[in-house]
Amino acid sequence: MAAILTANNMTKRFGGLVAVDSLNVEIEENSIHSIIGPNGAGKTTIFNCITGFYKAEEGVVLFDNHSLLGLLPDRIVYLGISRTYQNIRLFPNLTAKENILVGLHCHLKSGFLGIVLNLSKTQKEEKEAEEEADRLLAFINMSGKGDFLAKNFPYGEQRRLEIARALAARPKLLLLDEPTAGMNPSETQAMMDFIQHLRDELGITIILIEHQMRVVMGISEIVTVLDYGKKIAEGTPGEIQKNPDVIEAYLGRGSAAEIR
Amino acid sequence: MTQTRSLWEHGVKTGIIGGVAVLVIALVGMVESFHRRDIIAEVITMGQVLLLIGGVFIGYIAAKRTGSDESLAPGLNAVIGSSVTGGFLAFLVIVGRLINLRAVLVNASPMLYKLLTLGHKGVAGIFIILLIGMGCGVFAAALFYLPRLTRRVIILSLSSMIIAGVLQDLIRPVIAAWGPVAVVSEWLFTGNGLTVSGSISIVILIAVVMTAWALKGQDIKSGYGNLSGGSQRGIKISAFFMLAVVLLALPHILGLFLSEVLTIVGLYVLLGLGLNIVVGYAGMLDLGYVAFFAIGSYVTAVLTSPELGFFSLTFWQALPFAVVLGIFFGVLLGIPVLKMRGDYLAIATLGFGEIIRILVLSDFLRPWLGGAQGAGKIPKAAIMGYQFITPQQIYYLILAGCILVVFISLRLKGSRLGRAWMAMREDEDVAQAMGINLVATKLLAFATGAGFSALSGAIFASKLGSVYPHSFNVIISINILCLIIVGGMGSIPGVIVGAAALVGLPELLREFAEYRLLVYGAALVAMMILRPEGLWPEVRHKMELHAEEENNIGEPEPSTAT
Repeated sequence: MAAILTANNMTKRFGGLVAVDSLNVEIEENSIHSIIGPNGAGKTTIFNCITGFYKAEEGVVLFDNHSLLGLLPDRIVYLGISRTYQNIRLFPNLTAKENILVGLHCHLKSGFLGIVLNLSKTQKEEKEAEEEADRLLAFINMSGKGDFLAKNFPYGEQRRLEIARALAARPKLLLLDEPTAGMNPSETQAMMDFIQHLRDELGITIILIEHQMRVVMGISEIVTVLDYGKKIAEGTPGEIQKNPDVIEAYLGRGSAAEIR
Repeated sequence: MTQTRSLWEHGVKTGIIGGVAVLVIALVGMVESFHRRDIIAEVITMGQVLLLIGGVFIGYIAAKRTGSDESLAPGLNAVIGSSVTGGFLAFLVIVGRLINLRAVLVNASPMLYKLLTLGHKGVAGIFIILLIGMGCGVFAAALFYLPRLTRRVIILSLSSMIIAGVLQDLIRPVIAAWGPVAVVSEWLFTGNGLTVSGSISIVILIAVVMTAWALKGQDIKSGYGNLSGGSQRGIKISAFFMLAVVLLALPHILGLFLSEVLTIVGLYVLLGLGLNIVVGYAGMLDLGYVAFFAIGSYVTAVLTSPELGFFSLTFWQALPFAVVLGIFFGVLLGIPVLKMRGDYLAIATLGFGEIIRILVLSDFLRPWLGGAQGAGKIPKAAIMGYQFITPQQIYYLILAGCILVVFISLRLKGSRLGRAWMAMREDEDVAQAMGINLVATKLLAFATGAGFSALSGAIFASKLGSVYPHSFNVIISINILCLIIVGGMGSIPGVIVGAAALVGLPELLREFAEYRLLVYGAALVAMMILRPEGLWPEVRHKMELHAEEENNIGEPEPSTAT
């Protein structure tokens, strides 16, 4: 299979701190690829570099043969990358449906005059957008809840809504930042099924940052392990579980020997 | 011991705060000058009503702060609170009679003491003040224990009566102009204040209407909901036509003075709706908004005024230039402040507003703009021979402008652009990640707001016939921002209500103009504490801020705004 995203030698520094240190990674098309590592290992920084929030100082990031470095976030979403956030960042005072409609923004074209004159083109576009928003709400099992404010939903539904908003941009690559954080086991299981469903049904490539090993080992094909901004291991979940460097990074020096 | 203390605490505390407030009101001379106006002729004056409202309000707040249980504590605290407030006034009278306070406090006159004690001398007067304070407390306590509906009916009917009394000079000529109905005016009003029978009938009328609506209103609403789509539409269309007829007839019903007030309110509605897009929708705090109003006015002046002598276009020929240049400067201001947020943006835009005013005032631009003397002889607008000269005629010009701007605001709100603005307001980074081009979207908000403002400025120039730099003070920007906040951020009807309340009311109460800023400030503070979402909020903000008052806590609440 071909790689949909390739990062070569990607480096991001904050002053003296090297948050991501010459990272090389390839994301296979239509795969679920997990990035794990201790807190502060640079996982979210990678997401921020890919989506244009940060500009990596060195290296090359290619997506679908487009270079991403130097592009602003609002251009990158047009190429087909969208994301969710570690701490949910819905638009709290907009309704669920409006949140999804904002997600559809990059596929709508109506301009100032079209809107003020309410051209038939604008009307048609708006109607289709509303229908698509309703479909997405149904997809995340939240039909009929479109008119509630985003911030009033329970935690799990907010997570799903944020994913629906990301999906509204019709991405080829979806970046999920700890989608199961703070969930109980049954909610976590539901989220795992949902993520697999996204890949299998919609054919979306998924990069997953995750702390719960059960999720990482359960659904990802490839796992990349980071520590202090460096890639220390990569492989299938089975390989990663046995890797002494990984155990050391997670449990401290010497632990690997003890476990063995 | 601690039990007793905490039992009294709220009453005493609130009473002290209220007492200080009432003392201030009395000592700035408000009570005395309001005393000249009767609410009910020969019975009660506006000054007395002011004090009574203060007393009852303090009692009610004391009761509310104590808690909402069924015990006697809230009622007791209400009485204590109001009595303490009364005590402050009694203290003022005692001290004032012993020492001459007038050297320092000009308004601490014997007239004031006579007014407070209802003319009684000595100890009797003091007792009367305390008694009235206690009476206010008892009334407040009664209000507190009454069911919500009854309380509302009482408050609303009494306040309608008071409003009718305060605005008598405006209401009377309007009714009197209606031929046979003029009898009603004779019966309701005397030369100064309502008649006793008139005031009682107003209270009863409003109470009956309110009660009927409370009891049957739900049926009417659901009845309307059950109607077929066709007849619902019929009702909507006829309501729309009635509104249109009222709006068109309004200046002739209200007469010259009220039409003038309406035109001023209308200009502020135009300004408010423009700023509402920048602040309410897009969340960018712009304090230099008056600059675009000035630009609209001055462009119109330069292009039309023979006094300046460059061009002599008509109003309609100059208008597009005014709006386009307003938009141009909107973008021009937008570019340097693109990266700023919140308070930084506010300060930068504040500077821009001042720059424009000072430029207009400067000697450097004097040959072109007229300097401090401004420019005059700006022609009135005319359509096919119909000239917009008197306030009653200009009203139609402004009404047309308002309708246009309301229409554009409504269309934008539910659109891709409106959503982009709101998303940007909520979370700029995420909005950008969803494909919203921040530069274009921000500039569009600035440009739209500036365009509305310039339109208002052009009409303003033609209405006044002249422009002066001092019309474009920074206080105008602040006023517009206040009316948006008081009306309800992001709400279109809110802007209209806010303009009527903050611009219209002070115009109507010009005789008390010296207390205008005091009342204005107090009202703003009270609004922010009691009703932070505004007078006519957008549905979603109302839900957000008063969610805990509803019964269904925890359940997400539906929003009708889409």
